[in-house]
Amino acid sequence: MTKSAFRDHLGRPIVAVTGMGVVTSLGQGVEDNWAALTGGVSGIHGITRFPVDGLNTRISGMVDFIGVPVENPVERSYAYARETTDEALAQAGLAGEFGGPLFLAAPPIEPDWRDRFALADRAAPSQRPGDAYDRFFAVLRENPDPKLHEAWAFGAISERLSDRYGTRGLPVTLSTACASGATAIQLGVEAIRQGRTDRALTVGTDGSVTAEALIRFALLSALSTQNDPPEKASKPFSKDRDGFVIAEGAATLVLESLESAVARGARVLGILKGCGEKADHFHRTRSSPDGGPAIATIRAALEDAGIDESGIGYINAHGTSTPENDKMEYLSMSTVFGEALADIPVSSNKSMIGHTLTAAGAVEAVFSIQTMLTGTLPPTINYQNPDPAIVLDVVANVKRDAPVTAVLSNSFGFGGQNASLVMTAEPA
Amino acid sequence: MTRAGNDVVITGIGIVSCQGVGAGAHAAMLSAADAPVLKIDTERFSPYPVHPLPAIDWSEQIARRGDQRQMENWQRLGVFTAGLALDDAGFKDDADACGSMDMIVAAGGGERDIAVDSLIVDEALKRNDRERLLNEKLTTELRPTLFLAQLSNLLAGNISIVHKVTGSSRTFMGEEAAGISAVETAFHRIRAGQSTHTLVGSALVAERQDVILLYEAISAHATGGWTPLWSRDESAGGGIITGSAAAFLVLESRQNAEARGARIYATIDAIGGDRGNREAGRLEARLDRLAGDLDADPAGTVVFSGASGAHDLTAREKAWAGGRFAGSALRGYSAVTGQALEAQFPLGLALAALALGNGQPVPPFDAHAETPMPGPATTAVVTTVGHARGEGLAILSAET
Repeated sequence: MTKSAFRDHLGRPIVAVTGMGVVTSLGQGVEDNWAALTGGVSGIHGITRFPVDGLNTRISGMVDFIGVPVENPVERSYAYARETTDEALAQAGLAGEFGGPLFLAAPPIEPDWRDRFALADRAAPSQRPGDAYDRFFAVLRENPDPKLHEAWAFGAISERLSDRYGTRGLPVTLSTACASGATAIQLGVEAIRQGRTDRALTVGTDGSVTAEALIRFALLSALSTQNDPPEKASKPFSKDRDGFVIAEGAATLVLESLESAVARGARVLGILKGCGEKADHFHRTRSSPDGGPAIATIRAALEDAGIDESGIGYINAHGTSTPENDKMEYLSMSTVFGEALADIPVSSNKSMIGHTLTAAGAVEAVFSIQTMLTGTLPPTINYQNPDPAIVLDVVANVKRDAPVTAVLSNSFGFGGQNASLVMTAEPA
Repeated sequence: MTRAGNDVVITGIGIVSCQGVGAGAHAAMLSAADAPVLKIDTERFSPYPVHPLPAIDWSEQIARRGDQRQMENWQRLGVFTAGLALDDAGFKDDADACGSMDMIVAAGGGERDIAVDSLIVDEALKRNDRERLLNEKLTTELRPTLFLAQLSNLLAGNISIVHKVTGSSRTFMGEEAAGISAVETAFHRIRAGQSTHTLVGSALVAERQDVILLYEAISAHATGGWTPLWSRDESAGGGIITGSAAAFLVLESRQNAEARGARIYATIDAIGGDRGNREAGRLEARLDRLAGDLDADPAGTVVFSGASGAHDLTAREKAWAGGRFAGSALRGYSAVTGQALEAQFPLGLALAALALGNGQPVPPFDAHAETPMPGPATTAVVTTVGHARGEGLAILSAET
């Protein structure tokens, strides 16, 4: 290959994906997940990790098959990220010190209630209402608890990953709500394009489904309450969709400059061709009714990729199954793609894995690459009752075989944070 | 330094600390003849001394009452201070500039409802079915608006809503390191032409029991009365005195700033962050590497140290700075603002940029341990050593 083959339309280093790993409620590893996802299997199930008495939502896409030494969201988020990163690095053929930066999308985790209960058990009795923290302080002054500090510090997960994989510099732990996974990838792409590194480790992880997390989202009326049967609850683009299904998971993508990947003989799984973002100023939990920011996000990703609308062969939608997201996402896609949208197949992985929140953008990027590698479009299950206001070529209920060379993946978050990725097949 | 169009320059500073509100108040503090007056509250969170917020009229930067009500103080402080930075840069009412402005916020979490947390743990002491109790109480006691006020990324979300900064919005988490990475990332994006103007910053409300709890898990907070940063009482807690503070910077490419005739406080010449084991001189070795081959005139260099007050780390940083920057003035800014966690590094950059912009000597913050400057600084070094992990260092130069 000539030097120019390693540069994109703007003269920047082309960014390749050379390793992927994924964990969702469907299972561990790209292979198992892909088999289930293309088989139309749902990972949504009743919650067993904590009692759900009195809760309106009693289902989730939790990951219940990975052991943790202590039950809390930091340990879970770390464990999922470790598993997917082990897988991704093995696929990339990289061992030893990674030697590039780490960009980690991780959930904003509150101290676990078990820790508060344990502190209260050790503390003196209450002297007045509302004095629990004063009593916690007294306990900790007598007996400092570094483990608690690590369970509460937002930097604790990336610290452990950095040590385990020998990443370089200060790791970035980020949150852009439901766009976090895509933002982590975008930061990796930017670092390689800046010429600061030949490779970057990008990870999205979320093991934060707890009673409090579930109740908080329920208070915002964001969650589906169609508990029975669980596997039918997430139904993106359907008329009777009533909210997302909260879920856990993780994904890791090893990003490398194409030049460096080719030089070391790595297999190129796909190309991270473009990233776009645009923030919304409309509302804390609702997006602009005109879809303006989402439209700008998709357009920015296409422009960054140097691809026009006709170049996209498949869309991995954000498709949360909330009434508002799916409507707004359709509006934005139809504005960008116009009549051509009718011929672009669309699916939402969330119909099967639920909304893995912080991890979603990374998980769905893995599945987008996998779609191009296999020529199989995963279905959107539970698509029995299409929303007549959303006219899309939804890959309905069963997978479809179709060669695809360019995929758009959308992620739109609470707090107005939006990101889209354009991925293409590896250059022949 | 030779000037280049992709130099990263600071053109807007929003800053709030116990010392006051805004760039003007802090610039005056930095060019005064004497050390700033101590602002400390030793009563409200006793035994923990905390540098308190100054009086703030939120309406000056958050016009709508409805927006103010949707936030608690942490988000209010951040949104307010971001507004100060936009104002200071001359971008406040420039819808096009804000609409294309990138944003990186370093954030912790928002306020917990201490009363609800207390109520639940106290009730739990009487119950065996604690998880069921949690469901009952959280369902009835949690306020939906408080959830949004707690979410880390909603500080940035509120800045978008209130100030219409919407080019992009990213939130970094992870204590001091988040503030370092936020500025570092913005710097490299501008250098590489990936951004022309970026709002970057952070806020901490230290006057919160849930914030103090993080430090106290490892007995890191100072207790009792205030003692000087560089000679903190080792028998009274872990040495860190926190402070409510916020700093936002508008960073621009020199080309972008000069094209619009913006005032430039300073140029960021270099910035870096790292982490790792701190044993056996490794911390000092990393700081050496971050300082690179900087060889500025010591008499014209001021080191704004973000040393937290934590006993051992603070002593080590002081020793390192005294060696690496021998002959340069040292200013430990936690002494006057308190330690501000995620906001610590942006706060140091704001102070350094103001000092360089002033062109005046900075008075010693601690007359027993810091020496007067012979003249104004043309180079400033900013350090932040995280209380548990992560280190960052930036080098700034004055416009001459």
